Amino acid sequence: MEVPMAFLVAIFFAVSIYLFLSRHIIRILLGAAILSNAVNLLIFTSGRLTREIPPILPAGGATEGIVTANPLPQALILTAIVIAFSFFAFLLVLSYRAYQELGTDDTNEMRFAEPEEQKLPPLGY
Amino acid sequence: MDDYMPSTTLFVLLLPFLAALFAPALTRLFRHNAAWLLAIVPVVIFWHFATFLPEISKGEVVTGGYQWIPAFRVNFSWFVDGLSLTFALLISGIGVLIVLYSGGYLKGHEHLGRFFSFILMFMGSMLGLVVSDSFLMFFVFWELTSITSFLLIGFDHKREASRRAALQALVVTGGGGLFLLAGLLMIWNVTGISEMSLLLRSQGVLADSPFYLAIFVLVLGGAFTKSAQFPLHFWLPNAMEAPTPVSAYLHSATMVKAGVYLLMRLNPVLGDTAAWETVLPVFGGATLIVGTLLAIRQTDLKLMLAYTTVSSLGLLVMLTGFGHPKAVEAAVLYLVAHSMFKGALFMVAGGIDHEAGSRDITKLGGLMSAMPITFAAAFASAFSMAGLPPFFGFLAKEEIYAGLWQPGAWPLLLTLVAIVGNGLMFVIGFAVALKPFLGEKPAGLREAHDGLVLLWLGPAVLAVASLLTAVFSSVTHRLISIPMATAVEGAPVSVYISLIPHIGMALLLSGITIVFGIVAYRNLERLRSAMAATLTAIGWGPDQGFDQFIRGIVRVSFAVTRIVQNGRMETYMKATFVLLIVAILVPMILFDELPAMPQWPQDVSLYELAIMAIAAVGLVAVIFARDRLTAIVSLGIQGFAVALLFMLFGAPDLSFTQFMVETLSVVILALAMTRLRLTPTDHRPIGKRLFDVTISVVGAGAFLLLLLKVIQLPFDLTLPEFFTNYSMSIAYGRNIVNVILVDFRGTDTWGEIAVVMVAGLAILSLIRISTRRPWPSIATNDPNDEERR
Repeated sequence: MEVPMAFLVAIFFAVSIYLFLSRHIIRILLGAAILSNAVNLLIFTSGRLTREIPPILPAGGATEGIVTANPLPQALILTAIVIAFSFFAFLLVLSYRAYQELGTDDTNEMRFAEPEEQKLPPLGY
Repeated sequence: MDDYMPSTTLFVLLLPFLAALFAPALTRLFRHNAAWLLAIVPVVIFWHFATFLPEISKGEVVTGGYQWIPAFRVNFSWFVDGLSLTFALLISGIGVLIVLYSGGYLKGHEHLGRFFSFILMFMGSMLGLVVSDSFLMFFVFWELTSITSFLLIGFDHKREASRRAALQALVVTGGGGLFLLAGLLMIWNVTGISEMSLLLRSQGVLADSPFYLAIFVLVLGGAFTKSAQFPLHFWLPNAMEAPTPVSAYLHSATMVKAGVYLLMRLNPVLGDTAAWETVLPVFGGATLIVGTLLAIRQTDLKLMLAYTTVSSLGLLVMLTGFGHPKAVEAAVLYLVAHSMFKGALFMVAGGIDHEAGSRDITKLGGLMSAMPITFAAAFASAFSMAGLPPFFGFLAKEEIYAGLWQPGAWPLLLTLVAIVGNGLMFVIGFAVALKPFLGEKPAGLREAHDGLVLLWLGPAVLAVASLLTAVFSSVTHRLISIPMATAVEGAPVSVYISLIPHIGMALLLSGITIVFGIVAYRNLERLRSAMAATLTAIGWGPDQGFDQFIRGIVRVSFAVTRIVQNGRMETYMKATFVLLIVAILVPMILFDELPAMPQWPQDVSLYELAIMAIAAVGLVAVIFARDRLTAIVSLGIQGFAVALLFMLFGAPDLSFTQFMVETLSVVILALAMTRLRLTPTDHRPIGKRLFDVTISVVGAGAFLLLLLKVIQLPFDLTLPEFFTNYSMSIAYGRNIVNVILVDFRGTDTWGEIAVVMVAGLAILSLIRISTRRPWPSIATNDPNDEERR
């Protein structure tokens, strides 16, 4: 089952990278949202897939010989989802405010910190 | 050696740095009179080292120290022999006079305390340099002298010329320090010795080593920059931008001699080879001639003295490399003589500047009656500089000729160089000592006096010292010259020269020098204009070269910045992803770790494939969406599909979180997007689009290969089994994922919460801080733009 999943992960990465290469912040934002899913699925798949058995122990039972889904990637991904969401929200507000202040969503026109015409620094001492 | 002495030496070595801490406060209390108090520091140092004289003159050495980094055999250790001791006495002795002189020269200056602090720090660095035993300590003090001299030269930091001179000195001498470090490390590697005292006992090891030439070049890189040898001499005259006490101290008696010290120190182990005895005299001789010729050209007292300092350093290097014991003796005598007369003459120049308000000899004259003590000191020092009796300089010059006058064409050439150099120095010495004092007093010159005792004490004491050391030459030789010459030569040396001249070749050559000097002095104006014309005709010098070098660096880094950081996010993104692809694929291919051809699994059910297909469709729709809402909804589709996949593969917790997060994302995105007029569709031209598609596909392929390789490797079950086995017994929880989050990896979760909180705070501040005023213009680092801001 991991093999088809690997191909799906590849599609996720392809779309995300393509969106990231755009000049428009909204598309970069979408790319960021998709990239987090891509990475989460990558971690999930590399921890091997087990169908329909959540990593929950039966009440009072022995733990020996129990086969469940791998709990470790799940714990990692749970953390990752939350952090990715806060990051996404921050990026969204940042681009929203940048659009409000600068009046553009084109990264090439956002030249406030690195202006197009830069002067040579002074050559004196 | 008892245990008491080393600890006193350590205290004495630290004393200048301690005093530097208190100097500003003392100066605030006592103003310029703090000089008297602070001068106690070099007096104590001088006295401490003077107590070593009996031991050292018997040919013993004083050593001591502490372990610093035992694992690397690095010690904080010192070692005092004749060479170190002479330097230590010069540094502290002249240091006393300089501290006093600074108080007079910079009286009333608002940063006098800072100045005292800097000069004491410099004194400490220089002292540490000459007594260092371990290489690393030597290097640290070497660079400390560069740094403190940077501070001193740039003391008047509001003037651009000062800043330039300071930076130039730092670049040249600091750069040379790096050469030296490499050289010392190579010596360490070749011999396994990291201490000067041990190295000196290993004669022959370095000279026979195949790395001799490399070590030689690296050591010279350090010595020639510090001691301003042609063509790296240019920083020294520029350093005259510093207040005169600095010039008198650093650029005559101490710092610039550090390079000569290094050469003298290593003469026993690096010397006596063809390279040493060719390169040193060639550069030294060239420096001697170039320095005096450039000195003739100047009319500024300090610059004239600065260029003769360059030539004196050249002479010292030439003598050190000549390879005859007599020449080494001459170098020793000349070094001591030069420290005294040059220090005095610089202080005289500063005194004239301070009192009469000018340093230009064409604008000075007739000061003799107004400044009798200064004149007497200047005249005596000029005698010493010219090599005339009864001063110490005479002994030095006799010995120079006695040393250089050897059979052969090469010594003859060097003797001629020495005669020309000495003759021209004779001219400059008397030009500095006579021109301002004799003749008519030009109109408009300020009323001058000898001034504060602080101002004339230094030159007077040094002039008297020049006289006394020569008159009691046998004592000087026994205590100073012989131990120092022995240390430089690496074998016992005896020095006999006294004021009573031996009738011989040396005296004849002295006579020729004096005649040449007098003739040149009478034609000084003509010589100066000839030199000026020549220099104008050449039109370029290493000094301009330095400016071109610095400007070149600025231009190159500016151009590189324009390419690397061009302000285009596309470029940054492309670079990032291309590098990512390289980082994944190149090691995989190089180490032959590509995955095997994957097998399509037999047990894939239809609904699993269907959900995957939904995710893929959502993804593709995000790209091709023609309006915002479609894009956002498509984003939601892929997100929910991922949540379903989590559900199918045994991760209900993930699934719930994913559902929530995706829902929130879509809602927030939709809310924010409706308030903005953004263009969701792609406007990339087809060429660019193809390029970007290529990057995306190759990038996705890299991740695909990576993931396929991972799942083909055998799976390590250690961790999942650990969590499954101990979740209940240790943490009392049946939901293993939750147990990991809140118990096994609780600190990680705590960090995660912190991230969420910080992001929340950042979002809040982004929303609440709103700038209604127009954006300020871009700040530049051009100081001239300040008023525009």
